[in-house]
Amino acid sequence: MNMPFYVAPEQVMKDRADYARKGIARGRALVAIRYDEGVVIVAENSSATLRKISEIYDRIGFAGVGRYNEYDQLRVAGVRAADLKGYQYSRDDVDARSLANLYAQHLGQVFTHEMKPMEVEILVAEVGQTSEGDQMFHVLYDGTVMDEQDFAALGGDTDAITERVKAGWSDGLDLAAAVRLGRSALAGEERTLDPADLEVAYLARGNGRRCFRRLSDGEVEPLTTTATS
Amino acid sequence: MPMFLPNDDPGANFPALLRRTGLTETGPGGERLGGDIPHATTCVAVRFADGVIMAGDRRATSGNLISHRTMEKVVEADRHSAVAIAGAAGPAMEMIRVFQLQLEHYEKVEGSALSLEGKANQLSMMVRGNLQGAFAGLAVVPIFGGYDLRRETGRVWAYDVTGGRYEEREYVTTGSGSLHAGTVIKIGFRDDLDRSGVLALVAKALWEAADADSATGGPDALRGIYPVVATITADGFTPVADDELATTFESVAEEVRAR
Repeated sequence: MNMPFYVAPEQVMKDRADYARKGIARGRALVAIRYDEGVVIVAENSSATLRKISEIYDRIGFAGVGRYNEYDQLRVAGVRAADLKGYQYSRDDVDARSLANLYAQHLGQVFTHEMKPMEVEILVAEVGQTSEGDQMFHVLYDGTVMDEQDFAALGGDTDAITERVKAGWSDGLDLAAAVRLGRSALAGEERTLDPADLEVAYLARGNGRRCFRRLSDGEVEPLTTTATS
Repeated sequence: MPMFLPNDDPGANFPALLRRTGLTETGPGGERLGGDIPHATTCVAVRFADGVIMAGDRRATSGNLISHRTMEKVVEADRHSAVAIAGAAGPAMEMIRVFQLQLEHYEKVEGSALSLEGKANQLSMMVRGNLQGAFAGLAVVPIFGGYDLRRETGRVWAYDVTGGRYEEREYVTTGSGSLHAGTVIKIGFRDDLDRSGVLALVAKALWEAADADSATGGPDALRGIYPVVATITADGFTPVADDELATTFESVAEEVRAR
């Protein structure tokens, strides 16, 4: 009888985490920033059709980095979970926290039980009735959930990006300032990012029932060119 | 988390997702339930240059009784379309709710909205799905209209209980008062009517329907309850405000007094 080689559980987990982290670091990053009217998400994405940022529900947005097919599958599952819950109970009962928990359960399950962990990091953002109610949940490949305040960076090189956002962030930024901050934080010192390289969407309190709006390249352009701060 | 294998994924179909997750009961069937469940009544949709105007009265009846005075039978299906219903109120409201959810669900999952034709077809399938209910006396017959962003024109559809879908060039009506309302519109319709002209025409149509059909409610100035009227144009679904409706119906009343 063949005995399988013994591999310490610590080693298995470490290998899987390294694998997932490597996959995520290969992709381009995104940042979510709280501003006066809600949350804006700026992603580096040169594709105009394969999206990283999407609408989940009335006040909830989704952003993912890493492998496209994997986070898109999670996005669709999130839309389904939210629509089913809103249908079964009430639209008011759909919230980002329980959705983030569902994602965490699923990612944790895949991480420990499947051959391959998911190479994704996702963000679930909810815009509240007032700015105190804004929430951002950052879920990692292994199911770790982090409740982010004010801003969050996902993807590769996030430490440097987070530092740059932190340096420029203040309470009560307007949309244009938040988009500029996101763009410069993603670009860093050496590069500049054109509107065509960016995907920008926001959740705003004043948008009616469905708070999610996507900005086209043409709409991003004037936001990024006014007054360099 | 609702996850499916690629080979049995419900895609962007919300009703299919409801069935898969066991949230829909099988539709009513078998014996006829009789006449004491609420029914709802006269709705019209008329095309004009900028799009469509849709209107419906507010009354629901259970047999001889008026069971609701403030029902909203004309509702926004999504930004550029509206649906109005006649028939058994319970199944009708549920059908509208699932229809609205389906349009939004599709838009979110697929990343772009269904075409207007696609929405009309989707509603047709939902009406057909209620065929068992129709046999049990719980028929739901909607009308659908909207602004077609691709063809840049308003379009309207009528349905029958079996899910038959009929696109009309001028107007559609549904409900017990539809014969009266339809006749008024047929006589008064002109290709060059503008928004206010069509508004006056649908107000007159609902007035005559309410006058001749006991299950259709007229404008209720005493309680301040007016029919729901909405325009669907390139700018989307916009309800007509109550004060504008009040003046429109007042001028219809003037005209009737002067007869």
